[in-house]
Amino acid sequence: MVQIICKNLSLGYESNVIVKNLNFNVNAGDYLCIVGENGSGKSTLMRTLLSLQKPISGELEFSDGLSSDKLGYLPQQTFIQRDFPASVWEIVLSGRCSKEGFKPFYSKEDKAIAMQNIKKMEIENLKNRCYRELSGGQQQRVLLARALCATTKALLLDEPVSGLDPILTNQMYELIDNLNKKEKITIIMISHDMESALKYATHILHIGKEIVFGTKQDYLNSSIGKGFLSNREGGAQ
Amino acid sequence: MNELIYTLTTYSFVRYALIVGVLIALCSSLLGVTLVLKRFSFIGDGLSHVAFGAMAIATIIGITDNMLFTMPVTIICAVMLLRTGQNTKIKGDAAVAMISVGSLAIGYLMMNIFSTSNNLSGDVCSTLFGSTSILTLSVFEVWLCVALSVVVVVLFILFYNKIFAVTFDENFAKATGVHSEYYNLLIAVVIAVIIVLAMNLVGSLLISALVIFPALSAMRIFKSFKSVTICSAVFSVVCAFLGIIISVLEGTPVGSTIVAVDIVAFFAFYFLGAVLGGRVK
Repeated sequence: MVQIICKNLSLGYESNVIVKNLNFNVNAGDYLCIVGENGSGKSTLMRTLLSLQKPISGELEFSDGLSSDKLGYLPQQTFIQRDFPASVWEIVLSGRCSKEGFKPFYSKEDKAIAMQNIKKMEIENLKNRCYRELSGGQQQRVLLARALCATTKALLLDEPVSGLDPILTNQMYELIDNLNKKEKITIIMISHDMESALKYATHILHIGKEIVFGTKQDYLNSSIGKGFLSNREGGAQ
Repeated sequence: MNELIYTLTTYSFVRYALIVGVLIALCSSLLGVTLVLKRFSFIGDGLSHVAFGAMAIATIIGITDNMLFTMPVTIICAVMLLRTGQNTKIKGDAAVAMISVGSLAIGYLMMNIFSTSNNLSGDVCSTLFGSTSILTLSVFEVWLCVALSVVVVVLFILFYNKIFAVTFDENFAKATGVHSEYYNLLIAVVIAVIIVLAMNLVGSLLISALVIFPALSAMRIFKSFKSVTICSAVFSVVCAFLGIIISVLEGTPVGSTIVAVDIVAFFAFYFLGAVLGGRVK
């Protein structure tokens, strides 16, 4: 089932086009990794998918009951959040905010969903803790639980492992992989970590001078993929 | 103590001052938490200078009720400042500083050139540091203040969850379909209204104190958004109450006395927070 269709999309700010002729589809249950160098337009693409900015030209369509506000979003941490006095519970619950429309308070259902996601992320023991006192890995779990409160279909993750140590990085990847396999949640992830992208993803979108989109195998057979592989082997020797 | 009770029961102006002072302190502290966390601590200061400039111009062009002119001008500036956010050519703090000193200068210049009063420096000083006008409030002004405060508190409670979401992570809120621009607009309008009201109380130079001290003090001790908000409201109300009582009894200026009480209480909270460490949730 196709969830997101991008046709001839051009992205950028004002007259400054960063990415041209972007074509790709995302199906339900896919695990798509978006890779590319710094400044190649990965974050711009993500902002466009979230409707935080408009594409310069081209079409972006959602189907299968998905729309940009039904995407769960795991942003990179902002500096405001580092000393924000808020409990884990308050933050996770705020993921339900948009579902309330103009109703002022959360319903029992909202609270139940928040609790369910807290359990899913195994952070029940942190429920009443203060967010700024948690470790980086715990904070990511809290934000992931919040993102799950906003969606049942698709998650967008913006470099979810940046700043985590290797053990926590692996845990984070396993957690995301579980959501993809068990909960059938579509994953779209911006990543710098090619190894893990190739390990977990079903599809790869490479943005840069050349745009490559396809399954993992397509990517490995493309010239860019081959270049990457030979680099890696070269590096290992 | 007897003297205090005597003053309160005899002079209605003291009661009015207390009611208005406490209400303004309550409203400003509620929004203070959001403003401090959004790194807009200085917006109170900036906007109050705008209000000062607007007031000067209103006096010159002969608008009898200053508020009719001051309020809209301040609201427009507040909206412009809070809208700027991240993607602008002039960043938030620079924009606030620019508008703040700009309108202060224009206001003073205007008063100097066109003033009809023979006590110019007295006028300027009382607008900047709070006048005794809080002690000469009319019944209408008290009711106006009560009504606006009720509106502010009700709005805050109704939109509490949205305000939290927008303050904590504006991009996430926007991405999941919360109309964050409306809530930013709401915050901007409400803060402008509070500032114009509060100019009577503490004067335009000291308004920031009412916005930031309660929030910062509460954040020393409490660690969830709800408890910080409640604590800062209580803090602000208690300090304003004590400040006004002291100033009436001792004959000190109202605004600076309130701020002095705020400072003392802030240090009390600071040390309490250091002693308690991480024990309070």
